[in-house]
Amino acid sequence: MSDHTITVRFFARLREELGTDELTVEAKPGLTAGDVLADLASRGGAWKQLQGEQPVMIAINQAMAKPGSAVQAGDELAFFPPVTGG
Amino acid sequence: MISIQTSDFDPAAEYAALRDSGAGTGAIATFTGLVRDSGDTQGVTGLYLEHYPGMTEQVIQGLIDEASRRWDVRKARVIHRVGGLALQDQIVFVGVCSAHRGDAFSACEFIMDALKTSAPFWKKEINREGEHWVEQKASDRERSDGWE
Repeated sequence: MSDHTITVRFFARLREELGTDELTVEAKPGLTAGDVLADLASRGGAWKQLQGEQPVMIAINQAMAKPGSAVQAGDELAFFPPVTGG
Repeated sequence: MISIQTSDFDPAAEYAALRDSGAGTGAIATFTGLVRDSGDTQGVTGLYLEHYPGMTEQVIQGLIDEASRRWDVRKARVIHRVGGLALQDQIVFVGVCSAHRGDAFSACEFIMDALKTSAPFWKKEINREGEHWVEQKASDRERSDGWE
């Protein structure tokens, strides 16, 4: 994890369909989790599902967050489907 | 105490440990969840469980803390397995010690219901035709929301 990046992690169906469990994005002033989601969705293909019909849950530093939540350098951002444990 | 593990667990040993929670305990409620043959699909032969290490433990600790604010909880134990599981394998154990049965039942049921909709675990069902990521159930959300 460098000083200027945000780690983005994916789990379960998203991890499989995106073909990656982790990537990094550049931190920018005022960046939100929703901005990162929109940016990744604009890659097209499987990435479009990040802004598709199926809900995507968001966590920042392992706590549940919202699209409007701010993300900054050094943060761990995670996107995953609704949970199904138990 | 919270354990996320690939290995099986022994409910009898967990119950014995819960009994050792002081003379004020008058009730122990436990729940064990098993792999069933039907879920989103029929003829389920096994499950694969994925989780978010670190966040999972934090979320479950938050549920135990919340249960302890709402009810008399002397001791609580949560075990959740991850990785590959076969039909009828044990998946999850929740045990709660309280002074009285009402608190033990409620705290145990609350932790289990809230775990299903808030702890970052994901189940993949395996059957003869292939694999299928389980969708979150509206009925599970309603049960969890019912505690608010």
